[in-house]
Amino acid sequence: MSTLTSLARAEAVERGIAQPVCTVRHVHIADRPLVFVPLAMAGEAGAPLAAMVGDDPRSPRLLAVAQPRNRDQRFAFAAGLAAVLLRYIEGFLTGQETVPGGRGREARTRFPDAPQILVPNRAATGFTRLLGRSTRFRRTEGEYAVLPAVPLLGRWLTFLAERAEYPGSSLLLAATDALSRHWATGQSPVEDLNLAALLGWIDPPEGLTGPQAAAAAEDPLTWPPAGPATDPTFDNEVLGRLIAACDRAEAGDDRARQRARSALEDALTSQLMPTWGLMWQAAGLLRGLPPGAHVATRWAADKDAFTWYAEQLRDGGPPQPRRDTAVSAARRLARLERVQAACGAQRAFDDPLVMAEHRLAGEAFAGRVVAAEPGRQDCSGTRRKLRPHITVETADPVLMEPGTVLTSPGRPRQQARIVSVSVTAGRPSRVLLELSGGMGRGLTAAPGSVPEPGEVTCYATFSDGFQPIPAFPDPADTPWTHGGPPPQYVPADEDAREEWS
Amino acid sequence: MTDTEARLSRIRGSVPARNHDARTIAALTSNPGCARRAIMDAAGIDKPRLASCAGFPAPFGQSQFAIARGNAFEAQVKANGCAELLRLLRDQLGLPMPEVSYDDLEEVGGNPSRELRHARTRGLLARAAASGVDAGTLFDHPLLRLEVGGRPVYLEPDLIAFRLHGRFHVVEMKSFAVIDGQADGDKVAAAATQSAVYVLALREMLADLGAGPDAVAHDVFLICPENFSNRPTATVLDVRKQLTVVRRQLSRLARIDSLMAQLPADLSFDLDLDPSGVPRRPPADVAAAVRSVQARYAPECLASCEMCFFCRDEARGSTSALGRAVRDDLGGVEYVATVLRLAREPGVPPAEQAEAAELLRAAARLRREALVEAI
Repeated sequence: MSTLTSLARAEAVERGIAQPVCTVRHVHIADRPLVFVPLAMAGEAGAPLAAMVGDDPRSPRLLAVAQPRNRDQRFAFAAGLAAVLLRYIEGFLTGQETVPGGRGREARTRFPDAPQILVPNRAATGFTRLLGRSTRFRRTEGEYAVLPAVPLLGRWLTFLAERAEYPGSSLLLAATDALSRHWATGQSPVEDLNLAALLGWIDPPEGLTGPQAAAAAEDPLTWPPAGPATDPTFDNEVLGRLIAACDRAEAGDDRARQRARSALEDALTSQLMPTWGLMWQAAGLLRGLPPGAHVATRWAADKDAFTWYAEQLRDGGPPQPRRDTAVSAARRLARLERVQAACGAQRAFDDPLVMAEHRLAGEAFAGRVVAAEPGRQDCSGTRRKLRPHITVETADPVLMEPGTVLTSPGRPRQQARIVSVSVTAGRPSRVLLELSGGMGRGLTAAPGSVPEPGEVTCYATFSDGFQPIPAFPDPADTPWTHGGPPPQYVPADEDAREEWS
Repeated sequence: MTDTEARLSRIRGSVPARNHDARTIAALTSNPGCARRAIMDAAGIDKPRLASCAGFPAPFGQSQFAIARGNAFEAQVKANGCAELLRLLRDQLGLPMPEVSYDDLEEVGGNPSRELRHARTRGLLARAAASGVDAGTLFDHPLLRLEVGGRPVYLEPDLIAFRLHGRFHVVEMKSFAVIDGQADGDKVAAAATQSAVYVLALREMLADLGAGPDAVAHDVFLICPENFSNRPTATVLDVRKQLTVVRRQLSRLARIDSLMAQLPADLSFDLDLDPSGVPRRPPADVAAAVRSVQARYAPECLASCEMCFFCRDEARGSTSALGRAVRDDLGGVEYVATVLRLAREPGVPPAEQAEAAELLRAAARLRREALVEAI
């Protein structure tokens, strides 16, 4: 949120339709994503009620649980979901591409593509995490055995849900998140959590304005909630009756059971179908935007993570722990912070509209180069160094102090140090910059490496450059202040037996 | 009846006063600056009904499954004289448990009248507080009373007041799950605020009987299902912060007179119910009455207040309808139209909007530049 995006909201109110807050797309949208719309049973923790899932908009697969409180039926649901999801994931476990080494790293290989799961909203991401948690510790033999696909599903779901925490990751994407990152509506961020209302603002149906479409989207009869929570009125007036009918039919013959079950499935389909359509509409809208320059870089990181986890599974690694240990929590936090900073910088470098937010906040400025000394050398040390000076005139407020090091999106490998800033009231500010790096090896700058007078440039206080990873102790060396070395994970009876009721 | 009470009762009209419960009292703390809400809550207005009559029915409902699950969980914890609860307090929280007795205060000899039940709760708790005996006692379904806007309100908590070592503890049961030691933050926060209401009501009752505030602990025992099972688990919640918030909001409601002084003298939310309970007052008239009390709408109201759709409709065109953060981003300017005018028109803005105008113009210029550049 910033003044710029808020201004876009104000414009959306005036025009009756959502306004762009990005000029390019910042998420990866796969050619063939898997859409997953889960519904949960009200009042229960992570109890699946139904889901619509599939990678083809024309053939959604409905999974339904006739009695959500029945443990066996829940595992049957998990097995049904595993059949679809694992087949989809396994489709990406073929082929390889080589990533060249560099900076002391060896060349390596990874899968050339990765799966992408689209869910309606963040609550669905949370449900995915819970479903992963409730299935990944199950055992496939002995007492309480479940189908082998169930714990495997749990591990993949957990991996995807954890990966979704990384800014810029697109393996598991929430549609409302992705859409509201690219468009500002004329309603509040709270109301943007309703997928149908959000899409109503962005892409209203023929003949309706954004606010009209959003208002229509709030009627749960035409636009049932996108889940995982169901509409309470549907629960009370339809679902309760149909589940009770399924229970009664258990005593009857196959035909009666079938009839009761298909009545329930029809009702659940009616709740899920509208959202299913919205999901593909959302994917299409996002796909229609031109991708930002760094989207491929971030998707490559997703492919790395996917390859890494597939190898973990192949090598028989244990399921993800219930809670992070001290060392892995610290490591994860550091990684998240680095990714957050890098992703923020990449988005700004890819997109002038995002950069404008930073310019308004005084973290960047843009303007025309009015003077340049491309051949200037610094002779103060023992060796002469090429240190060109340029002067940039900008209307943006320049709040940075002399000495600050800046980076330009056009020349990300070049550093610019502020020498001085001259501010005259009512006139654009003039910033004198000293450049270093990215100009070739000699004492003459390579052609095009120093901005020329007349060129419009932008300089920011941040960069997407490499940041060193802080050192963390080996888990075996966890200090006593942090609980000492964590115990090794040993699959326990308790994990496999855990109630799911 | 005091003047205030008479006035509030006139505002309420013939519709019966709506009972508060801990949930509605806790909700009072969510938008303390809203006069409309303060007046309605103090007068005990049936807000869902009023909202439907004004043409904006509230969007809330509760699933029968959630209710069934909550009831089943509570019954399980309380079964056999709270055997499960005692086991938890003993094993998980390490409380030393002597012989514990159990008193259910739900009915008084088959007489469910609230006054009687309250008197009995009071009597029993007074006796317990006065006895120096260090026996643990569980009091189920106590009926508490709290002053809300100068009016006594009965609270019927699904809770147990547990007396141990001369202090009362509130035991609150909630059916949201604690998974691997973590629970939904919003739900825990709501439970903490509700528990704070109970702690406050218990304290007031005991203060009447001459006990100090220490007689009721600010540590509340929260009982929730563990992981994906129905098995309960106990957690200790410190509700000191919530107590301060609730107390502050209640004292604000107690000064409702100053709010009422600004209202039209003939204000009434009476719905003119016919004998079968159907309102006869025209919707436009109801809406006009509601509008005469100022609201402070924020999108967060959509989660907690029954009047939210009415107020949202009224707030259309204002920046606060877009959220407080958006309003702040836009320099605190009240209307969307003003924002856009300040951002676009040259001219000299009024002094109080000069700063906002400068910000908005800079934003509009940057946005225009970036969008043109992208084409």
